[in-house]
Amino acid sequence: MPINQSDIEKVAQLAHLELAEEELKTFGPQIAEIVSYVEQLNEIDTSNVEPALGGLTAEGEKTDTSRADEIEGSLGQKVALAEAPDPASGHFRVPKVL
Amino acid sequence: MSRQTVEFSITAAEKLNETLNAFLQIDREGALRRAEEIEQSGHAGPLAGIPIAIKDNICVKGLQASCGSKILGDYHPPYNATVIERLTNAGAVIIGKTNCDEFAMGSSNENSAFGPVRNPWDTTRVSGGSSGGSAAAVAAGIVPVALGSDTGGSVRQPASLCGVVGLKPTYGRNSRYGLVAFASSLDQIGIFAREVEDVARALGVIAGRDNHDSTTADVPVPDYTASLTGDLKGARLGFPRALFGKGLDDEVKQSVESVVDVYRELGAEIVDVELPSAGYAIAVYYIIATAEASSNLARFDGVRYGFRAEDAPELRQMYRKTREEGFGPEVKRRIMLGTYVLSAGYYDAYYRKAQQVRTLIKNDFLKAFESCDAIITPTSPTPAFAIGEKVDDPLAMYLNDIYTVTANLAGVPGISVPCGLSSERLPIGFQLIGPYWSEPVLFKLSHAYEQARPFLERPPISAS
Repeated sequence: MPINQSDIEKVAQLAHLELAEEELKTFGPQIAEIVSYVEQLNEIDTSNVEPALGGLTAEGEKTDTSRADEIEGSLGQKVALAEAPDPASGHFRVPKVL
Repeated sequence: MSRQTVEFSITAAEKLNETLNAFLQIDREGALRRAEEIEQSGHAGPLAGIPIAIKDNICVKGLQASCGSKILGDYHPPYNATVIERLTNAGAVIIGKTNCDEFAMGSSNENSAFGPVRNPWDTTRVSGGSSGGSAAAVAAGIVPVALGSDTGGSVRQPASLCGVVGLKPTYGRNSRYGLVAFASSLDQIGIFAREVEDVARALGVIAGRDNHDSTTADVPVPDYTASLTGDLKGARLGFPRALFGKGLDDEVKQSVESVVDVYRELGAEIVDVELPSAGYAIAVYYIIATAEASSNLARFDGVRYGFRAEDAPELRQMYRKTREEGFGPEVKRRIMLGTYVLSAGYYDAYYRKAQQVRTLIKNDFLKAFESCDAIITPTSPTPAFAIGEKVDDPLAMYLNDIYTVTANLAGVPGISVPCGLSSERLPIGFQLIGPYWSEPVLFKLSHAYEQARPFLERPPISAS
């Protein structure tokens, strides 16, 4: 599928990226080139092949990943907010939503 | 004793960093204090007093974790990765955080927001990536051991380009808790050292099940150093002839083929194997890795940590500006590509298709391992290339990973071992790939080679 400028703009929106004009121009052809490269996969008949989802090893699949339902220590409000760009009275403050 | 060793490492790191740019943070004070404690307490752990460098995408409490990105900048995680807890309990001393491609995306370290790492063998060349700082730090003799992460070759490829040993363990062998996620079905923390024995020792410390990472498997951790016997009687090494063709540098080809001869002399049987789907690995990788990255990197939004763009009075505008200003070009390109392949109507055509071909690649390995214990390939198609040479051509850069991505896609372990220098005195490495949980076999084979043909050359930029 050929990729045009408006596809690139739409994808940038979906990805929450406000790309500069210049970037839109360079990314367009680069992404189109990579997409046309990966389309070589269409040469392969995979109609009877299961996708490789989930844990890759049999041992990984078998491993019991549940743990005891016990309360463990957590970071606490002060530490959790320590790296926030704009903390305010115990919360993460963000610009207005609407 | 441990204080002296650590002091030496820190001084070397500080001195050589102007040239190599391998470290983003050096913790002189903390490391010396820790070395002192180890010495005073007579700590008897397997890594007591050993200075170690950590890639800057692995969380170490009290130190930064920038991931080579402006969007995290001087972010200081409030907890240790599980591998860091284990290293520290074993007596290791973390001396600093190493430079890397932004969010581990790259094969040359040129995608770091803090400048490229320079190769200690030739400072006009790349270190490889994405764990270039860790590779260069070990190659230059600053530390004996370093950690990196390997999603498509990011430990093995820089190990090869810098002339050190680099291991990517089996998927699920060690915990990724505290590793900043790039592509979760591919990421593994890996180990660099000058010698196989040190890699084996370090893996014994960090491997094993962790409640904080549900992908770690309940598989016993053997004494890896016990496998370094040098006895290759009955060993079968798979030789995938088709991978030694187009695109492979002549000197690399000759060098790796001569490694095959050494294995034959050492008593191993060389078996022809085929990996018919390997040619599709890069295409599969760049669909799966970018799709997973676009999802994993959605968390960087300027709300909870890291950088937030100014002058954005509305929430969504703030997200967009923060990500636009915070991410570098390669990360944006991959987020875009990943978002595209996952977007409505394209999922089956790209992501599902890639996961199906991934099954074929995995099956190729399972079949090949019916007739051999491990497969030998080059690690990288060329020795280190010049800084700037491939920055404008992302697809050409991706093709550097041709020999390494298959192991991540199949989840099997791989190790890169130095096997000589090119005519331009640049290191060449070969790779061994084994079945799931075959790290002992990889160590036995690579150690036997190392004993037979020790790599004693040292780079011009070196601590000792």
